[in-house]
Amino acid sequence: MRIGVMVCHCGNNIAATVDVEAVAAAAREFPDVVFATDHMYACSDPGQKTLEQTIRDLKLDGVVVASCSPRMHEVTFRRAVERAGLNRYMFEMANIREHVAWISLDRKRNTQKATDLVRMAVEKLRVDRPLTPKSFDVQKRVLIVGGGVAGIQAALDCADGGLDVVLVERKSSIGGVMSKLDKTFPTVDCAVCVLGPKMVDAGQNPRIALHTCSEVEEVSGYVGNFEVRIKKHSTYVDWTKCTGCGACQEKCPSRKVPDAFNENVSLTTAIGIPFPQAIPKRASINAEYCLKLTKGKCGVCEKICPTGAIAYDMQDEFITEKVGAIIAATGIDLFDHKKCGEYGAGRYPDVVTSLAYERMLSASGPTAGHIKRPSDGTEPKTVVFISCVGSRDRSLNRPYCSGFCCMYTAKQAILTRDHIPDSRAYVFYMDIRANGKGYEEFVRRAQEEYGVEYVRGRVAQVYPQDGKLIVCGADTLLGRQVEVAADLVVLAVGAEAAHGAPELAEKLRISYDAYGFFMESHPKLRPVETNTVGVFLAGACQGPKDIPASVSQASAAAGKVLALLSKDKLESDPQIALVNANRCIGCGKCERTCPFGAIRMRELRDGSQRAEVVETVCQGCGICSVTCPVRAIQLQHFTDSQLLAEVNALCRTWDETTE
Amino acid sequence: MPIPMRTSLQNLDLEAGRDLSFINAVAKESGQDLKSCYQCGNCTAGCAYTHDYDIPVHQVMRLVQLGRKDEVLSCRSIWLCATCQACTTRCPNNIEVATVMDVLRHMARAEGRAPERLVKTFADSFLSSVARHGRVFEAGLAMVFAIISGKPLQDAGLGPAMLSRGKLAFWPHEPTGNGKREVAEIFRRFHEGRPTSTAAATPAPSTQPTEENAK
Amino acid sequence: MSALGYYPGCSQSGTAAEYDISTRACLKALGVAMADVPDWTCCGSTPAHTVDHFLAGALAARNLIQAETAGFSRVTTPCPSCLAALKTANHRLADAADPGYRAEVERLLGRAAPGPLEAVSTLQVLYEQVGPQGVKAHVARPLSGLRVACYYGCIMNRPPGLMAFDDPENPVAMDELLTACGAEVVDFPFKTECCGAAFGMPRLDVMRRLSARIIEMAVSVGADCIAVACPLCQMNLDLRRGQVNAAAHTDSRLPVPYFTQLMALALGLPDKDIRLDKLVLPFGPALAAADEREKAREAERAAKAQAKTAAKPSDKETQPCA
Repeated sequence: MRIGVMVCHCGNNIAATVDVEAVAAAAREFPDVVFATDHMYACSDPGQKTLEQTIRDLKLDGVVVASCSPRMHEVTFRRAVERAGLNRYMFEMANIREHVAWISLDRKRNTQKATDLVRMAVEKLRVDRPLTPKSFDVQKRVLIVGGGVAGIQAALDCADGGLDVVLVERKSSIGGVMSKLDKTFPTVDCAVCVLGPKMVDAGQNPRIALHTCSEVEEVSGYVGNFEVRIKKHSTYVDWTKCTGCGACQEKCPSRKVPDAFNENVSLTTAIGIPFPQAIPKRASINAEYCLKLTKGKCGVCEKICPTGAIAYDMQDEFITEKVGAIIAATGIDLFDHKKCGEYGAGRYPDVVTSLAYERMLSASGPTAGHIKRPSDGTEPKTVVFISCVGSRDRSLNRPYCSGFCCMYTAKQAILTRDHIPDSRAYVFYMDIRANGKGYEEFVRRAQEEYGVEYVRGRVAQVYPQDGKLIVCGADTLLGRQVEVAADLVVLAVGAEAAHGAPELAEKLRISYDAYGFFMESHPKLRPVETNTVGVFLAGACQGPKDIPASVSQASAAAGKVLALLSKDKLESDPQIALVNANRCIGCGKCERTCPFGAIRMRELRDGSQRAEVVETVCQGCGICSVTCPVRAIQLQHFTDSQLLAEVNALCRTWDETTE
Repeated sequence: MPIPMRTSLQNLDLEAGRDLSFINAVAKESGQDLKSCYQCGNCTAGCAYTHDYDIPVHQVMRLVQLGRKDEVLSCRSIWLCATCQACTTRCPNNIEVATVMDVLRHMARAEGRAPERLVKTFADSFLSSVARHGRVFEAGLAMVFAIISGKPLQDAGLGPAMLSRGKLAFWPHEPTGNGKREVAEIFRRFHEGRPTSTAAATPAPSTQPTEENAK
Repeated sequence: MSALGYYPGCSQSGTAAEYDISTRACLKALGVAMADVPDWTCCGSTPAHTVDHFLAGALAARNLIQAETAGFSRVTTPCPSCLAALKTANHRLADAADPGYRAEVERLLGRAAPGPLEAVSTLQVLYEQVGPQGVKAHVARPLSGLRVACYYGCIMNRPPGLMAFDDPENPVAMDELLTACGAEVVDFPFKTECCGAAFGMPRLDVMRRLSARIIEMAVSVGADCIAVACPLCQMNLDLRRGQVNAAAHTDSRLPVPYFTQLMALALGLPDKDIRLDKLVLPFGPALAAADEREKAREAERAAKAQAKTAAKPSDKETQPCA
C-alpha cells in the first residue's frame, strides 16, 4: 500500500505549538508511508491541488491529513481524494488542532501527541476498505409540525416550490400565538389582517393537507422516507359536513367554559369555533364541558345543526403519512405567571398576562377592544407593565432573555395610551432589548411621543389596597424604592418551549436544550438544520423569536427542504452496520438494542435466525456492534480491526516513549 | 445617603478603589456568587428597611462588587437589615442577599465599626444573657439594655401591662441540666477565637456589664 | 410515627407563655404526641447569626444534639426564629461541600455535631399531621363570624429553600387551619411583611413604622383580629401597640392572638389552655364583633326564609295550571 501524509500548519493555529515539519518527518518512517509533507493551509485551494497532484504522481492508495476537526473539513478532503481518483473512504483525518494545538502550549509533547495521532490514522488507513454509497428514492412530500406563523410560512413556501405538504396542528385552527395578537410591533399593524391571508392560503392551497386537532404520534424511517403516524383527536363534529355556520355555538347551554383562545379572560361554550378567522372554520366540542359527553343529556347541538355534522360517538383516528423531510415549527408557550406569587398572579384578577391583555386590546376579543379591569369591568387609568416575568430569572430556571417582551410591552403601552388617552402607563424594566429594525425608534416613541413612564428596576411585590393594586418596585437609577397605585397590572411573561416539545424531539430524534428548545445543528452556520438529516427547524421552537425572525427562519427551512427534495434520489452513508451471516447466531440482541429499528431478523431455510441491517434506516451509531456477543455485526469504516489498529498504534508509541 | 453624594467632588476611581481581598472574603464567607447580581433592584424594591437605610441594599451589593470596602463596612444599612429574607426569597439570581448583609455586619464588627451602636449593643446584650443563663432572660435583657442604651424610659411604659399579665419573670428560667454550663463553654471557646483564621466579631466582653456580673 | 421532640424556645417560657400553653394544648387535643427536648438552651436566634455564623450554628446544634440524644428524629418549635436557627444549622451541617462549617461548630461545641434531624414548625406539624379536615372534626365551638387576618411573619416560610413549607409569598397553612375552625379568614396581603423584628429595643422608630403598616392593612381589610405565629411579631403588634399608635397617630385596639389560641378556643379547651387573658389588647371585642355579625346574618337568613314562605302560596296557586 502507498500512503501519503499531509500535515497542516493552519497558519499559526497548529504550527505555533506543534512542530509540523517534525511530525511530517516522523510520518515518513511509518509503514507504507511513501510521502509526507507539511502545508500552510491544507484546506486551501493550493493545498487541495497539491494533495490531488501527489495522489496522481505517486499513485497513492490512501491519504492522511493531519489538521483540524473532521467536523470542519472531512468533506473537503474526501472530495479532493475522490477527484484524484481514490475512494473517498481511503482517507483519514488526524485532528491535531482541537485535540492538540489548542489545548496545550507544550511544543515538545504536542509534537509527540500529533505524531501519535498521525501514526494511528496511518495504521487505520492500512486496513481501511473502499466503501460505496447506495442511492434510494425519496418522497417529495414534507411534514410540518405546528401551524403557527412559522409553520404556515414554511408550508406555503414548500407548496410554492412544488412539494406536497402535510401540516399538523394541535389546536383546532392554525394561526398560533400570532392569531391572538391585536397589533404587531414596530408597525402597529393589525396582526390578524396580515396573518389572515396566509392562513386562508394555507387552508386553500391544494398542495397543503391540513390536519388540525392532530398530533404526531410516532416517526420512523429516515431522510427521504419518513413514515409518520398522526393522531387526529376526535372533534365530535364531522368536518366533512360542518359548514362553520356557528349555530351550535349560539345554542350550546354549557356556557361556562374557560375560553383558551381568549386566554381565559372570558367564557365560551362547549362547542364552537375559537375565533372568527379560524382556519379551518369548523366547530369542535370540548369534551370536558359538553353536557352530552359528560352527563349524557343535552344534545342541543345535534338538534340544531343544519347539516347533521354532530357525532358524539366520534373516536380518535390515526393516519399514516410518508414524507421525505420534516420541519418542526412547534413554537412557544408562555411562562406560567402563577409561579410569581409576589405579583399575586392568579390570585388578583387585575393582574393579567401580556397575552390576556392583548386579547383585551383586540377588537375581536372578549371586551371588543375596550380595556376593562377583569374584577369590575371599569376602565383602568393607571396601567403598570412588569418586564422579565419568567425571563432572565435563574430562580425560576428561566435564565434566558425571551427577546420580544421589551417590544410587545412598548407596543401595549402605546396602545394603552391610544385606547385611553387620559391613562398613565408605567413600564418596570431592567434593560431594554430593542435590537431589530425600527425597534429602538419604536421604544423611544413610546417614551417620548406617548409619554410612557419607564422605571429602571424590578418589582418586588404587588398587593391590593382600597381597590387599587399597589406596585412596589425600585428605581435603581434613583436608588430608591418606588410605588405605583395601579388599576391594572400587566405581566410581560416570557417564552418557554411548547409543552410536549421534548417528547416530540425524542420522536424526531433531534436534540433539545435544558429548557426544551430544539437544538440547531450549528448555532451560526446551520441554524435551521438539526443533527438528524431531513429534520429542520422553523420559528420559536428553536429559541424565543419574534414574528419577523420566525418567518425568516421558516422560509429558510423551506428552502433547505426544497433543496434536499429537489433530488430524485439520495445517497445513503455507507458507514453503517453490516452483519457477517456466518458468524451471526441469531440471538436478536442487536435487534432489541437498535434505537432506530434498523435491524430485523431473517429466517433462513434451515429455520435459524440471522440479523439483517436495513441500510437506509441504519444511522451508524455502532450500538449493535458492541452488543453482539460474537462480533458478527460490524460498523463499516469503524470495524473492530480498524479500531484495534489504532489502539495498537497508540500502545506501541506508548511502549516506545515510556521505555 | 446615595453614593454619588459622597464622591461628588471627585470621580470614583474604579481601579484604585477596588479591594479584591474584600470581594473575595465576602464571597467566601457568604458562599454567594456576587458577580451574578445584575442590579435589578428587586432586593431594594421589597426591603422593608430601605426607608431607614443610608445605602439601599442593591447599591450595597454593587459596592461589594466594586470592592468598596470602606463605604460598605461603614454604612448603617448593614446594621438595619432584620434578615426578613424578602431579598433572598425574590432574588432572580438566587443570591442569599440577607446572608451577604450578615457577613458584612460580621466584618464591620471585626473592624470595630458600628454606626448603629444600639443595634450592636442589643445583639451583644442578648448573647451575654444567653451566655450567662443558657437561655435569654428577657426581663434582665430589657433592663440591661435600658441602662446601656441610655434610654432607660423608652420601654418603661410596657412594664405594668407585662406585670399584670404575668409576662415579666423576675428570675431567669434556666435550663435544669448541663445546658447552662455547656452554653457558657460554647461562648468561652468562641471568645478564644478560631485557631486558624481571624475570629470574627466578638461582643467585647469587658464592656458588658452582664459579663461583669457573670464573673 | 417518628418521635417528635418539642423545643419551646426562650420566649415561650416568658413573654409568650400563652403561645406555649395553647400550642401544647392543641397538640394534645388533636392527638399529636410529643415530648420536650430535655435541658434545651437558647437557639441563638437573630442576634447570634448577626454576630457569627459558627456561634449561631453551635448554639442551635447543641439543641439538636439534645434532641438526638433523647431519641427524637424530628423537632418542632412554635417560634419561627428558633425554627430558622435550627434549620440553618441542620442545613449547613449536612452540606458536604462545607466541611469548615462543621469543624468550627464542633470546636465550639467541644464534641461531634449532631446527625441530620428534621426541624419543623408546629404550624407545619398541625397542618400536615392533623390537617384542616382533622381539626374540623374536633371543633367544638366554631369561630363563626370571626374575621381573622393571618399574619405569618417574615421568616416562617422564607427563604423557601431552607424553610421548605407552604408558599413563601402567599402561605395558606394557618388560613386553612383557622378556616377549619370556623373563622372567616380575610384576604390579607401582608402575610409575610416584616413587623420590625428585634428593632423594638434598639430602633423603636423603625419597628413602629413597620408594625403600623401591618396593623393598618389588617384594619383596612376588616379583620377583627390578627392571628400570629411568632412571639416577636406578637410583642410588636400587641405589647408595643401603644408605642405604635402614638407614632402613627392611630388608636387601633385590634387584638393579636396566637393562632394556637384561636384553635384552642375553637376546640373548646378550658381557659387555662388558651390564656387569652395574657394578651395586652383584650380579645373580647373581637368575639363580640363576631357574635354580632353572626346574629345579623342569622336575622338576615330568617328574613329571607320568611320571604320565601310568604312567596310560596303564589307558587302553589300557579302549580295546578302547569
